[in-house]
Amino acid sequence: MSALYIFLSFVMVFLSFSICGMLAMWIDRKLTARLQFRVGPPWYQNFADFIKLIGKETLIPEKANAFMFVASPVLGLIATTIAGTIILFISRTDTGFPADAIIVLYLLAVPSIAIILGGSASGNVLAAVGISREMKLLLGYELPFICALVISAIKSGTTTSLGSIIQFQQQNGMILGSFSGVIGFIIGVLALQGKLGLVPFDLAEAEGEIAGGSLIEYSGILLGLFKLTKAILFIAGPLFLISLYLGGFSLSSITGIISGILKYILILVLFILIRNTNPRLRIDQTLRLFWGWLTLLGFAGILLAIVGW
Amino acid sequence: MNIKIKALKKSLWVYHVSGGSCNNCDIEILDCLTPKFDIERFGMVLVGSPRHADVLLCTGIVNKKCVERVKEVYKQTAKPCVVVAIGSCACSGGMFRDGYQMGGPLDKIIPVDVYIPGCPPKPEAMIAGIVKVLEKLK
Ligand code: SF4
Repeated sequence: MSALYIFLSFVMVFLSFSICGMLAMWIDRKLTARLQFRVGPPWYQNFADFIKLIGKETLIPEKANAFMFVASPVLGLIATTIAGTIILFISRTDTGFPADAIIVLYLLAVPSIAIILGGSASGNVLAAVGISREMKLLLGYELPFICALVISAIKSGTTTSLGSIIQFQQQNGMILGSFSGVIGFIIGVLALQGKLGLVPFDLAEAEGEIAGGSLIEYSGILLGLFKLTKAILFIAGPLFLISLYLGGFSLSSITGIISGILKYILILVLFILIRNTNPRLRIDQTLRLFWGWLTLLGFAGILLAIVGW
Repeated sequence: MNIKIKALKKSLWVYHVSGGSCNNCDIEILDCLTPKFDIERFGMVLVGSPRHADVLLCTGIVNKKCVERVKEVYKQTAKPCVVVAIGSCACSGGMFRDGYQMGGPLDKIIPVDVYIPGCPPKPEAMIAGIVKVLEKLK
């Protein structure tokens, strides 16, 4: 595995994930609009938003810590892209390394941390409320998400390398086919929903109450970078779940690519359905859901996985 | 016309500034977002912070307490931005023009690009006004 290969795959993942992610976010907006009997935005909407944000003035507030304020969106963007590169290219069995799933887990937490850093650097009171919510949300969904990873790791013969998890599923069928697999998948989808800040868990950005939350002071290209991070996360997160439970995403054959896209669409539709049928939860309800029910379910899933169900 | 302006035209994010309105204009603004009018199909969304905004929708006469605040919001908005005066109050003062609390009308305080009169203006009138904004952007 040469440095050039890693660099090229990094650039490729950056370009393809941001384009696909923006299209996926458009599907989300469009379907939401159709479900509310509206027409919805045209397909290029998210691209237009991003280009517009590049052209706008970027204001750095007087009270802000300028370095942190500018650095945190870049940090989030780089971390998600690296996570995407590991999931899609580096985790192949010949180039993967042991425990890369755990590294991806860490990298996927970085965008939320970037939002927290940026929000606190901006020195705004409403942003402070937003980051306190974001922090609780992060602590909340991270525990069930780890449970989901552990279930998949135990099922595939106690390995935490994505390559071997995928290889195990190619030989023995998807992990989703077992009891503990179903439990883990449900937990994973809900935790990802929280990670992406989609509706039942969008309390950190609550427009009505705290005016955009942690991103309130961001404008211009910096805001655009946060949107881009979200677009990449929109692909990288579900792809991670596909690798853990649905047998991975194969780039080597046409059927592999098509089935990968179908798996992605399945998860996307689940996201959109959950998002459109639930109102926003309060922070205490969110924590009770994540640390209570979902964690218990996760432990039950781990036990089932250990006994081999 | 360059690509940035083209993108701006397709993605106007609006921020709603109330300078002491009677709340009727504000409700009509929210009407634009309902399924019947659905301005999201033109890429317009209501945002919560002036930093994210491209269009300031200002309603109300801008009473004396609000003058400084409206100025501040205008300063905080990332340029280029468009200011729209919504309702007779914001355009001219309307029936409150002789009131003791009158600090406006809006164009005395910040530069206004489009006036949409009416008490309150219909959502159709607002959409027509926004179309005029789009023609103005170059
Ligand atoms: S224009 Fe009419 S409806 Fe609008 S704020 Fe003034 S009085 Fe109210």
